[in-house]
Amino acid sequence: MTTPPSLNVFLFGIYPYLCLTILLLGSLVRFDREPYSWKSDSSQILRNRQLALGSNLFHYGVLVVIAGHFVGFLMPEPMVMWLMSPTQHQLLAMVVGGIAGVIALVGILILTHRRFADQRVRANSRKWDLAILLMLLLQLALGVLTVPYSAQDMSGAHFEILVAYVQGVVTLRPDPALLQGTPWVYQVHILLGFTIFLVSPFTRMVHIWSGLASIVFLIRPYQLVRSRKWSLRK
Amino acid sequence: MKIRSQIVMVLNLDKCIGCHTCSITCKNVWTSRKGMEYAWFNNVETKPGIGYPKDWENQERWKGGWERRRNGRLHPRQGGRLGILARIFANPYMPEIDDYYEPFTFDYENLQTAPELPAPPVARPISLISGKTMDKIEWGPNWEEILGTEFDKRSKDYNFENIQKEIYGQFENTFMMYLPRLCEHCLNPACVASCPSGSIYKREEDGIVLIDQDKCRGWRMCVSGCPYKKIYYNWVSGKSEKCVFCYPRIEAGLPTVCSETCVGRIRYLGVVLYDADRIEEAAATPEEHDLYQAQIDIFLDPGDPEVRAQAEAEGIPHEWIEAARRSPVYKMAVDWKIAFPLHPEYRTLPMVWYVPPLSPITAQANAGNIDSTANGLPDVASLRIPVRYLANLLTAGNEAPVVSALERLMAMRAWFRAKQLGEPLEADFLDSVGLDEATVNEMHRYLAIADFEDRFVIPTAHREEAENAYQLRGGCGFTFGNGCDGIDAREGLFGGKMGRRRMSPTHEFDEDSA
Repeated sequence: MTTPPSLNVFLFGIYPYLCLTILLLGSLVRFDREPYSWKSDSSQILRNRQLALGSNLFHYGVLVVIAGHFVGFLMPEPMVMWLMSPTQHQLLAMVVGGIAGVIALVGILILTHRRFADQRVRANSRKWDLAILLMLLLQLALGVLTVPYSAQDMSGAHFEILVAYVQGVVTLRPDPALLQGTPWVYQVHILLGFTIFLVSPFTRMVHIWSGLASIVFLIRPYQLVRSRKWSLRK
Repeated sequence: MKIRSQIVMVLNLDKCIGCHTCSITCKNVWTSRKGMEYAWFNNVETKPGIGYPKDWENQERWKGGWERRRNGRLHPRQGGRLGILARIFANPYMPEIDDYYEPFTFDYENLQTAPELPAPPVARPISLISGKTMDKIEWGPNWEEILGTEFDKRSKDYNFENIQKEIYGQFENTFMMYLPRLCEHCLNPACVASCPSGSIYKREEDGIVLIDQDKCRGWRMCVSGCPYKKIYYNWVSGKSEKCVFCYPRIEAGLPTVCSETCVGRIRYLGVVLYDADRIEEAAATPEEHDLYQAQIDIFLDPGDPEVRAQAEAEGIPHEWIEAARRSPVYKMAVDWKIAFPLHPEYRTLPMVWYVPPLSPITAQANAGNIDSTANGLPDVASLRIPVRYLANLLTAGNEAPVVSALERLMAMRAWFRAKQLGEPLEADFLDSVGLDEATVNEMHRYLAIADFEDRFVIPTAHREEAENAYQLRGGCGFTFGNGCDGIDAREGLFGGKMGRRRMSPTHEFDEDSA
């Protein structure tokens, strides 16, 4: 897919930074100003059925997918070269990402059915709950769809282009032109991904930050005691 | 030794009439909000019964409380830290709303707007969750009131363990008692240990366990972690909420709402000093039978000058130490040994204790088939409520302390009955149950007369340690927003029914005067 250069620069050179800025600043403002609204917003109590399977499949699948994106795209090139060839790198990404993506996709399909079909859950869903769910569903479907597209070129060359683009964005040296002519699936997947970043601070997605923070739970003592005296010493 | 103070409650079940005033006043104050319709911070169960939520005492199913592993260490029964985090996406041990009951209202409008019909119009139940008409109300608050539902269902009650329960299904042998339940404000709370975001904490000064609403992320591991099922997930706000022990009242030296409004005057509040360094050791006592004694053992005697000196040195205010000396709770739990913790086998060291109820003598005993004991009192085995049942409820099955407490209660009654009739008993009558005249008089004063001042000995929070109330004036208490916004506020930028902060009249006044 090829877009006019100016649009290409905006979509892949400017828009990502807009989204990341709003993701970080928005999360910070919400965490600070509206802490009571910061939550996972679980609906498990209303209906357990479907959630146990759907939520676990989706979350575990998506955790692998996200970790895969981080490692696969952000690992410095010399390190990748030392470990494996570009073809192997691409194959690994396709296999691991493909399997985890399908697992997550099955999970989110179950969750989507639950959210729309179950009266109790549907009645207690906000507009953004439905919107973000559909966005994630679409994003996962696109992500899984990239696998057959990747399979068309197993040399790793196409894959290297994507890696270079993502590393460019992260290192503040974006090169939108890299994406010109790549299959539409990649481009839409990237745009939707950044859009999900954009809307995250305004949705229940903020619970991801807390999910990361809950790692602290592994090392804290079981019991917590607070004293009024301590809060006064501030 | 690390001395801490705790406000403890004792409920005298012998006097509970099951009127539910405590539940209603509590509900009006704390849980009359959307998302909490199903939640009762205080509820009164008729026992035997499966209770609220259904089957809550079945820890094989809900995995509440602590588990002592083979190496002697305690871990939450629902799993260690890694196990809890692994189940964060879908908590397999969390009750569904139907395990409590689906909150409902009725279509009252239909009674007014129905056209003329051959039959009178009905108000059909409407679910408060889905807003749809319900075919049938399957369960509700206090569904088992006064032995409601059939015995087959109620006899699933876990306290029937090791009891031939079939005979209690017969009308002649049936028995019942009331069990008011609230958060236990445990010394070793399993909810605190289960919270991945660390939002639940115990207050050092008075031992009240609270959930920091700004820090709760709705991971809901506390709901399954609490063996008493006294943490409720608010399905509208997405946060967990629990009994706050009416801390704003306690801080002001007032009893909790449930205690103050109790018409039977069954509730007592007082300070207990305990050794915080020995909590883990006591909770990890190998034998479940010994847990009741282990909990008593970490209580410190406020009459002991050494304890008092150390408490002062550790910064416990003087009034609190004095209050501990006059504590009705300490008298009942330690001096007279007539109060017991609820299900000590959960190993959370609960801090709401119960005086076991006496019950009528069974028909068989009346017919002379069961002998009285040597001192002329009826044998506790002839009481309708099986001792074993009470022991399963209060001492992890250890019958001896329950028997002793019931004997003391019966002896107190017999002693005062005889006195009232002008035929006083010999002083050695009291010896047989390990009491003396001064003690039995004091027991009578606290249990039968139960003056307000004797029931509630609550020192106020120290001014210099308390929150600056000046900044809280005009506050709104529990609301859905960060400010005074009600539930109907418009949707805010960050979703949810938050709305923007509206100014309260006092704020406007400030700006006028500024």
